[in-house]
Amino acid sequence: MPFNMRPTKNPMPSQEPNVRNKNFKEVALGYTEEMAIDEAKRCLNCRNKPCVAHCPVNIDIPAFIAKVAEGKFEEAYEVIAESSSLPAVCGRVCPQETQCEMKCTRGIKKGSEPVAIGRLERFVADYHNEHFKGEAKKVPSNGHKVAVIGSGPSGLTCAGDLAKKGYDVTIFEALHLAGGVLVYGIPEFRLPKTIVQKEVDGLKALGVKVETNMVIGKVITIDELQTEYGFEAIFVGSGAGLPRFMGIPGENLKGVYSANEFLTRTNLMKAYKTGADTPIEHAKKVAVIGGGNVAMDAARCAKRLGAEEVHIVYRRSEEELPARKEEVEHAKEEGIIFDLLNNPAEILENPETHLVSGLKVVKQQLGEPDASGRRRPEPIPGSDWVLDVDCVIIAIGTSPNPLIKNTTKGLETNAHGCIIAEEPTGKTSRDGVYAGGDAVTGAATVILAMGAGKNAAKAIDEYIQAKAK
Amino acid sequence: MYKIVKKEVLNPTVTLMEVEAPFVAKKAKAGQFIILIVDEGGERIPLTVAGTDEKRGTVEIIFQVVGATTLKLNHKEVGDKLYAFVGPLGEPTKMDGINRVCVIGGGVGCAIALPISRGFKAHGSHVTSIVGFRNKDLVILEKEFTAASDEFVMMSDDGSIGKKGVVTVGLEDLIKEGKQFDEVFAVGPIIMMKFVVQTCKKYNIPCVVSMNPLMIDGTGMCGCCRITVGGKTKFACVDGPDFDGYEVDFDEAMSRNTMYRDFERKAYDETCNLFKKEVK
Repeated sequence: MPFNMRPTKNPMPSQEPNVRNKNFKEVALGYTEEMAIDEAKRCLNCRNKPCVAHCPVNIDIPAFIAKVAEGKFEEAYEVIAESSSLPAVCGRVCPQETQCEMKCTRGIKKGSEPVAIGRLERFVADYHNEHFKGEAKKVPSNGHKVAVIGSGPSGLTCAGDLAKKGYDVTIFEALHLAGGVLVYGIPEFRLPKTIVQKEVDGLKALGVKVETNMVIGKVITIDELQTEYGFEAIFVGSGAGLPRFMGIPGENLKGVYSANEFLTRTNLMKAYKTGADTPIEHAKKVAVIGGGNVAMDAARCAKRLGAEEVHIVYRRSEEELPARKEEVEHAKEEGIIFDLLNNPAEILENPETHLVSGLKVVKQQLGEPDASGRRRPEPIPGSDWVLDVDCVIIAIGTSPNPLIKNTTKGLETNAHGCIIAEEPTGKTSRDGVYAGGDAVTGAATVILAMGAGKNAAKAIDEYIQAKAK
Repeated sequence: MYKIVKKEVLNPTVTLMEVEAPFVAKKAKAGQFIILIVDEGGERIPLTVAGTDEKRGTVEIIFQVVGATTLKLNHKEVGDKLYAFVGPLGEPTKMDGINRVCVIGGGVGCAIALPISRGFKAHGSHVTSIVGFRNKDLVILEKEFTAASDEFVMMSDDGSIGKKGVVTVGLEDLIKEGKQFDEVFAVGPIIMMKFVVQTCKKYNIPCVVSMNPLMIDGTGMCGCCRITVGGKTKFACVDGPDFDGYEVDFDEAMSRNTMYRDFERKAYDETCNLFKKEVK
């Protein structure tokens, strides 16, 4: 089969920026079969496969792409499914540019782009979801019970892998819907919730039980799961859900949100839909503080909720923005304004309404690199100015939720509140308790959490099998 | 799904419900709360656990019809099921070392005050309960309070029942009579709690208040329920809902609770109309 030597990726068909910034439908529309086959033929099936090594769950990327090139999409899905349980999700939200696609042989030459691995993964997963009508293969039970705390990416992956090995798995989720950050955090226009639901349904078909409305630590402790309820091993994937605030004056004014609150209202509670029971402020001018993916998500949601102006306020420069390039580009296309090298100093109050009336910021310049390796922002004296906004969203990061840490004796955590877990097994200081994802690493990516869930599933299997002997 | 097994109208706008939630019933302690969703797609609202029956696996909630969601809840009957019911959330009320307590409830806040009085009573403390209502038609839980208290004082704004005056008048009268309290526990409208704290300060009595801010997840995830306590930001859902009343910024809390007032009013009116149409 001849290779396709075009240096650039097939572009992703997308909604027009000025259309999509007014709706919550998915931005990227996905490849057609023709586009997918054409793109797949760009893969050289090179010998050293740098893409596989840079995938946190080591999907056999050239093998699945070869199947796509042949038009055997269902077979391509089977290749991916050997390593990943959430391809439709990862194809959409993975930072491929710093992982599989980063070292792609096709992308080495200047002016040449890597193979669009992420877009192909998404295509294959969507094809499967649309066309596959068979039943999931249920593995006979091995009689061992495992509990998974949290139904985000790490928990879903861990549960799926264990169920495929015959374990009797129960997922406990604190919220009323399963999916964790995939449902409360990532917006509909980046990851449609029907896709998450499909993944959860897939797990249920494998025999996984999903218990929603169960806040472990409060309603049942880890100790009780082990003793009273007979779970032989527990995986903790409770995420990093605790929002951080800046500690500047005015943070508790009406109209100031944590990104978590703003996104939870919008995504989980569907406040963007007319007639929704959960309210959200439809602000005219919004400032989002922070430069990560969550900040981009919040800004783009605010725009879609009808804001005339949405500003990203970030204290470093564009180069240091932690968000994925694609997210930044999408945000810019949709009309988000970037006020870079500005650090918030105070949120101003309308004294009559107690609502936000503005955001006082101080201009910054970059000095020497700091501990993170990024150049440290330093204030320019006397450069403060006021951004005219009526809503401020704080997206400067999150910490692990302390509910499990506080109610589980002997479960060691570090100074940041992250559960201490061995690499790569996820083994914690408590016998039979494993952990992974943001609860261990602090806020990171979906795919890293999946990798951790996968490794923990393997370790839990070995632990239980060794004990059973 | 969580089945409603009992419904009792306490006054024209306040209702008691008993809901099947065995895991919550097993764990909930006085001062903790639950979050419920009436129907799929609905709003999450926090309500204090008013009582539990571990044997029957049920949890009591008492709510006042103030908005669209509580109105929808009030239209549910015995046998109906709630879409979500999660808890127990928040920290239980601290009772150790408190031998003589005065529990103060205002209006529907009495629904929260009752389990606190009961809890202290079971803990072995000497319990004085002061409850306040606008008038005699709004009185709830009188019998229950009498049973749960060593001393019970009823106040009403118009004097139509009990003593005339607000709860702080009742508190101050007791203090002047020479009653000693290790702690005053107040729950009700924020403005009431603010004035109870002022009274306590005057007599140097420690005062704990139970805060009721807006909330979404109730597990520390969104920060919507944040309040300023002693100059620091605290989350009522995981750090509270009880806080040292001397340290709480009540004015800020009052302001934050009005964030969605217009939306709530509109939603309430729309829901009212919807139910009226159904009746026709």
